[in-house]
Amino acid sequence: MSMFQVFNISGSAVSAQSQRLNVVASNLANADTVAGPDGSAYKARQVVFQTEMMGAVSAAGVKVSTVSESDAAGRRVHDPKHPSADAEGYVTYSNVNAVEEMVNMISASRSYQNNVEVMNTAKTLLQKTLQLGS
Amino acid sequence: MFRAVAATIGRMINRLTDTLNFQAEALVLRSERQRVIASNIANADTPGYVAKDMDFASALRQATGQAATPAQMQATAAGHIRPLAGARSEAGLRYATAAQTNLDSNSVDMDRERASFADNSVKYEATLRFINGSVRTLLDAIKGQSS
Repeated sequence: MSMFQVFNISGSAVSAQSQRLNVVASNLANADTVAGPDGSAYKARQVVFQTEMMGAVSAAGVKVSTVSESDAAGRRVHDPKHPSADAEGYVTYSNVNAVEEMVNMISASRSYQNNVEVMNTAKTLLQKTLQLGS
Repeated sequence: MFRAVAATIGRMINRLTDTLNFQAEALVLRSERQRVIASNIANADTPGYVAKDMDFASALRQATGQAATPAQMQATAAGHIRPLAGARSEAGLRYATAAQTNLDSNSVDMDRERASFADNSVKYEATLRFINGSVRTLLDAIKGQSS
């Protein structure tokens, strides 16, 4: 019964989107992290989605293939009084772009909701199928 | 005499179950299409994913024998795969073109997919009701007017 595979498909998407939401949360939490003693600040992370075939034909789930780190230069602010300032008086913050992360968060939560709704519909239809002929 | 009665009953049963067979095929195809659309919605954010959809009308025509199904591959050894043939098969699915082009070449149009999903759900339910209706009709005919 192919309707049962809808749960596998949407379930994989829901877990991938929640991982994306996790990454967004850690990026936002580290938006104001300054560089440590080694000189490198937190780097924004990004999940990479990939289609995952789920056995049968035309059942395409999704999975997180890798979590990539952004190579963009960190935000540099001139603040000589800051304890982490370098010799020129600059403080290097993480390269997280808060606006991008908020957009990412909204997109992830919308996709999550879409997939939950798909599962709810499939559940209702399956329940009605079970009551067939009664 | 008995043979003639048996033949008549056989024809009657056939006529009774023909509707059920048709609706059963439609129900299976509807659930397969539901799976395809669920895959599209799941992959809405996957770079490079191409949205697919089933040509339902020709799939149903092929499933009920009103149109010829393209030849299926033969499995001559135990390890051979035997994919479905026709409009419901992996190769028979149609690719959707994106209404608005996207930088990551993902062609899932969420509005369209949501609409197709709702449409398919309603039609799945309609098919369920048709089946329920014919079962009830059959039961009424079998039981007759009891009061």
